[in-house]
Amino acid sequence: MFNFHYRLERYSIRFAIMVVIVASIGGFVEIAPLFTIDETVEPAPDMRVYTPLELAGRNIYIREGCYACHSQMIRSLRDEVERYGPYSLAAESQYDHPMLWGSKRTGPDLARIGGKYSDYWHVVHMNNPRDVVPESVMPSYRWLGRNELDGKDFALHLRAQQKVGVPYTDEMVENAINDLLGQAKPDSDVMEGVLDRYGEATNLRDFDGDPTRVTELDALIAYLQILGRLTDVAHQNPVMKKLGGQE
Amino acid sequence: MEIEERDKYTGHMTTGHDWNGIKELNTGVPNAVWIFLFISFVFSVICWILWPAWPLGDTYTKGLLQTDQLKRVDQVVERAIDERVVWTNRITGLDYGEIQSDPGLMQIVRENGGRLFLDNCAACHGEKGEGGPGFPALKDGAWLWGGTPEAISDTIRFGINSEHENSRTSEMLAFGRDQMLARGEIIKLTDYVQSLSHASPDQEARKDDIASGKALFLENCSACHGENAKGNIEMGAPDLTDSHWIYGGTRETIFKSIWNGRKGHMPSWQGRISEVDQKILTLYLLDISVEER
Repeated sequence: MFNFHYRLERYSIRFAIMVVIVASIGGFVEIAPLFTIDETVEPAPDMRVYTPLELAGRNIYIREGCYACHSQMIRSLRDEVERYGPYSLAAESQYDHPMLWGSKRTGPDLARIGGKYSDYWHVVHMNNPRDVVPESVMPSYRWLGRNELDGKDFALHLRAQQKVGVPYTDEMVENAINDLLGQAKPDSDVMEGVLDRYGEATNLRDFDGDPTRVTELDALIAYLQILGRLTDVAHQNPVMKKLGGQE
Repeated sequence: MEIEERDKYTGHMTTGHDWNGIKELNTGVPNAVWIFLFISFVFSVICWILWPAWPLGDTYTKGLLQTDQLKRVDQVVERAIDERVVWTNRITGLDYGEIQSDPGLMQIVRENGGRLFLDNCAACHGEKGEGGPGFPALKDGAWLWGGTPEAISDTIRFGINSEHENSRTSEMLAFGRDQMLARGEIIKLTDYVQSLSHASPDQEARKDDIASGKALFLENCSACHGENAKGNIEMGAPDLTDSHWIYGGTRETIFKSIWNGRKGHMPSWQGRISEVDQKILTLYLLDISVEER
């Protein structure tokens, strides 16, 4: 056996190829079964998709690098579930492309931030986090409230999501730009149909306190307010219900 | 390359490489490394047997210990809930007055309430409940919706202008933006509202404006804020005569409040915080607001 290895190491190209083959066996055994094992993603029949505005917010979240300091993944540990809520399940991020679980927490976990604070709080916090949390080290994101949301290619975004398996209907793709603006413009003619397409529970309101424009801040807050609320599946666990007083 | 050559000083073989007379020794791997390698192989085989390891199509080997980390966290959390039952039962069972007169229980309320407050409430209301622009202070004893334990507990449970079906609802109309009052009228109203809590230096000069502001107030504002501007806890209308302000008491912010209206939002905490924790928070709030006064 040692002679075999001795010979193997003599020719660098052959050795490099063997290294790649052996390393890929590890990947094959660890990753490939996740596509076949039926416990990987829990069934979540009530799961809804991100609206175009929320998806735009998600893109801004990625653009600004929020994931570098905030995770979106509550681990199955007592201190985490007591602080943040029920631990994250795979089903909850099944429409996340790419997923934003993260592991670095300079700021708190955001997996269940949706609905925890008011829109106004988010507006103040994005403009200057120290106005509401004096010891915060988070940078200010003032420009989000000034930048008008650029959504002209949003139908293509939805089409791309559709290609990787998110169940957007063709009707949703066709109305992408309309719905993108409509969700943050209540009582306008563009809001027609948003609820029909994305469900009654969709947050339909002006998020950033400026009803005249749809800004990047509207999109980001719409996204933050939906985190952890796309499906109820994580809250079905009886112990988690007891912890949150849902019994 | 194939020359077999033994170094005469160390007794090891050489690799056969030769750099200007310097030859590379082909020293074997030390025994200690072999031993540790062997131990780690044995260790991993034991792990495969005890814990979940190998994929088998649509399932996987579960291991002899049947470890499931999701079940484990459920057990640990449930055990912790059971351990707390000793005092959570007393807090659930006793009424507010009884708990407040029990120093032992109030100690628990302060410890747990402080932690709950920091996790859930401090982001808006401040770490000590001092509030901030747009977020009411909780330690000053000026309660918008009433300061009884039941009223505070309802506010926590249902929220204000929240998505909960029993939410408290309150909205100050946008008198300027929605063209219910002219700009000049709102300026007079601002003068009057400001004069209620503190006299400005030019109070005398503005006497007429304040008087007509008062007439406008009785006509437009008294339905919610009351004729004496003392507010109404039924509607969450703030007292305008005291020194507590949510959005600020300067002329500019008062004008802005009247012009654009206000509609504060507090989320409902039902489903996020258990009922006993809501009760602890209520007691904690009563405790810190008493300290302030």
